[in-house]
Amino acid sequence: MMNNSLTLDPLRWLLASLALVYGLLAPHLPMWVTLLAVTAGGWRYAAKLGYIRMPRLILLLPIAAIAVVGITLSHGSLLGRDASISLLATMMALKLLESHTRRDATLLVFLAFFLSITSFLFSQSLLAGAYLLLPLTGLVGTLISVNHPVGHLPAKPKLRLAAIMLAQSAPIMLLLFLLFPRIQGPLWGVPEDAYSGMTGLSDHMSPGTISQLSRSDSPAFRVAFDGPTPEASQLYWRGPVLWNFDGASWTAGEQTRNLPTQQVTETRLPTRYTVTLEPHNRRWLFMLDLPATTPSNSTLTHDYQLLSAEPVRLRLRYDGASNLEYRLGDQLDPESRFQALQLPAEGNAKTRAMARVWEKDRSEQIVQRALSMFRDQAFRYTLSPPVLGQDSIDDFLFTTRSGFCEHYAGSFVFLMRAAGIPARVVTGYQGGEINPTDHYLMVRQADAHAWAEVWLENRGWVRVDPTAAVVPQRVESGVATALPAGEPIAPLMRADLQWLRKMYLRWDAVNNRWNQWVLGYDQQRQMALLSRLAGSQVSWQDMIIGLFATVSGAVLAIAGFMLYRKKRIDVLQGMYARFQRKLAKAGVSRHPNEGPLDFGKRAAGLLPKQAKAILDITLNYAHLRYGNIKETHQIEALRHQIRNFRP
Amino acid sequence: MLKRMKWPDWKNWLRTARPVQEKAHLGRRYIYILPTRHGLLFGLILIAMLIGSINYTLSLGFVLTFLLAGLGVVAMLHTWRNLAHLSLTSGKITPVFAGEPVRWHVTLEDHDQRSRYAISLRVGKGPVECCDIAPEGRTQATVTLQTRQRGWLSPGRLTVFTDFPLGLFHAWSYAQLASRCLVYPAPSENSLPLPTDTSSRGEGALQHREGDDDFSGLRTYQAGDSPKRIDWKASSRDQGLLTKQFDGQARASLWLDWHLTAGDTETRLSQLTRWVLDARDGGLSYGLRLPDLEIPPHQGESHDRRCLEALALFGL
Repeated sequence: MMNNSLTLDPLRWLLASLALVYGLLAPHLPMWVTLLAVTAGGWRYAAKLGYIRMPRLILLLPIAAIAVVGITLSHGSLLGRDASISLLATMMALKLLESHTRRDATLLVFLAFFLSITSFLFSQSLLAGAYLLLPLTGLVGTLISVNHPVGHLPAKPKLRLAAIMLAQSAPIMLLLFLLFPRIQGPLWGVPEDAYSGMTGLSDHMSPGTISQLSRSDSPAFRVAFDGPTPEASQLYWRGPVLWNFDGASWTAGEQTRNLPTQQVTETRLPTRYTVTLEPHNRRWLFMLDLPATTPSNSTLTHDYQLLSAEPVRLRLRYDGASNLEYRLGDQLDPESRFQALQLPAEGNAKTRAMARVWEKDRSEQIVQRALSMFRDQAFRYTLSPPVLGQDSIDDFLFTTRSGFCEHYAGSFVFLMRAAGIPARVVTGYQGGEINPTDHYLMVRQADAHAWAEVWLENRGWVRVDPTAAVVPQRVESGVATALPAGEPIAPLMRADLQWLRKMYLRWDAVNNRWNQWVLGYDQQRQMALLSRLAGSQVSWQDMIIGLFATVSGAVLAIAGFMLYRKKRIDVLQGMYARFQRKLAKAGVSRHPNEGPLDFGKRAAGLLPKQAKAILDITLNYAHLRYGNIKETHQIEALRHQIRNFRP
Repeated sequence: MLKRMKWPDWKNWLRTARPVQEKAHLGRRYIYILPTRHGLLFGLILIAMLIGSINYTLSLGFVLTFLLAGLGVVAMLHTWRNLAHLSLTSGKITPVFAGEPVRWHVTLEDHDQRSRYAISLRVGKGPVECCDIAPEGRTQATVTLQTRQRGWLSPGRLTVFTDFPLGLFHAWSYAQLASRCLVYPAPSENSLPLPTDTSSRGEGALQHREGDDDFSGLRTYQAGDSPKRIDWKASSRDQGLLTKQFDGQARASLWLDWHLTAGDTETRLSQLTRWVLDARDGGLSYGLRLPDLEIPPHQGESHDRRCLEALALFGL
């Protein structure tokens, strides 16, 4: 007899699977939501075992209301990615306390599928994807358990069936993944907080902003070069260019938007490369100094900064070419000159005084004097310098003399401007690490850097890196080597943990391929791949037809495979039927309910001359028909025997 | 105008496709499959997941959605296969009295070396019986039918169905098994006492000769057996309830006559049935006289059965 109530076995499967799903989401949910889920699960299980009673509906409704308020408080509003996910997770937990029938369990399984997909909003890494196979198998096992209400089916066969079914679904998934037309998202607006949590360079620089990024060894972007990788000293990745100093921090400055573009004269063949940029919720795209091409959907500003049309919220891949040797600018127009010499009205008197002394010299000499000052005076490169006062430049140049690249770049540009040389700050990234496995360059957040550009007559805008004067290792071999021991840099940047880095680099190579081929499979890639396979341009109608055709083919193939085994029995039965016919001609017929072995014995008794052959054939048949091992050659041998049997 | 047109009963067209068989084989062509309500809900959830993946450009979201879509298709194949090529045979059904439920044993067999799980049976809208079948194995399931009138009862069409493994699809098939059950008339409640023994040799009419009868063996207790005949000693030895059987020659003739009863046919038959049972319980030998049939007095199992059968099939 079947009833609809939820028994212990499906409940166990359900709770285990839900625990795995919630485990994946727990770091992103408020603590109390996770606690509520754990409590609900425990209560439900205890109730099933008979220790406690299930809560009544009138108790659950106020709890649900309190939960909604709690979510609003925890996330600030009820809309948005985090709040929606918390809401779903909470409601599912409460539903668990209200689940009595098999239908409730099925509904929870479906909701758990949906909850699993929300975890991808936080991470789509290879690990997250692989992990999700566990709760997925568990959820399929739960459905199997729910639909097997009577009788005994232990866990292992259930698990095996779940795994087999998922394996059979995989080919269909692959075909759909490759052929299902990718529609460019988003279909409607995406909540603001969907992309929160992305780090990267910001549009202003002040003491501490760039050194803060040193704590993060997460990748900023990866580069695959066409040809040899340039030397480290040439790997300057151009980011926001900052013109405006207000005494405390440097910003791009509104008024510099419409300055005229400088002309470039290149002196060498450009270096080509492909950048895969991690999302950072800003518009800047990074290219090597000096960008020669503009990728689609982006613009080059007058100061050769690359900006994309939309903030980069998804991993973005773009091709670029840059001239590593260049001359930027012939004449400096008055407006640009004015902006490049702007200084706040007051402050930093000592620096201005020193600059005024230098003003008499030629520009190149002034630059050299400044660099010599950095080199010869006891300047230190550190992530945690002493705090600077109101006159930050003065404090840095004369008192503290220790800081990170933002201090050096900022103070250098101030000094240049005070000495009458037009200068600007350029932020971005410098250097990077080559992954020995796949030979791509990995640039991390910790490689963020700031340097300067000064205008020299007859040479245009020239890059000057004051940090290099103090710690040339910074440019040659990266941040970790330049910093003294004991500085709080990110673990993967540290020079000493070689084994960790090696492991990570190998892992990152795999990750990179995952990013490129699975996560980066967008409309563009799909079109490219399919067009290449088809030999000509494919339209989306072709794609849909191809989709239906291949998926139907795959389904038919799977169905055929699933029904295949039956044929073998038919073959055996056909052969045995032939055997029976031969015996019937000799006068010996099998009774309807007589088993083959009994019949064989009886027939052997009635036809003693062929007794051996009869028993032989019967035994072989029985062995093949009812045994586990069925080899083709054995079936063929039996066929041969029966064919040669002459009663 | 619509009322006057004769609409053919299309539902019957679908249903009469099955011949009556000794052994029903659920072949490929006779299994129907449709999504369940859960299956449709699953489809909706998949669409929601797909839209979410498109909107947020989640590649792994696509992977998961497509994997589950594939799972749905695979589940359909599994559910269908769960039922395919199953064979059903009917077992013999023990006769019961009208109004009592009859337990119909159906044997399900697998010939595909495949386990079948959660196969359900029901007749019409009756209670559902669920079972598993081992590979190349046989399982006996018991379907309960209600009986209302006497005579031959054909169980009718048996519906075999399953939702296993994921409950997304419902596969079903029909089997019309060639078996029938004999239903005896319901013994009447307010019974007249047994008619007097008309041709006894001067002895008292209701003389019981239990002790003189030949004891012929024990059989398992069946509902309706008189408590007087139960072997209590065996029961106290934990051998279960066993009924003693007796077989004996007719010594006195007790005739259960149609004309001794009153009322319409059914009432008379009910009364006669009650008399047969009372006579049996009393250890008497009796004969049955019906308008179209006469069974000489005798005693014992087969005699009881013959009489009850005659009563059940009277006029049919």
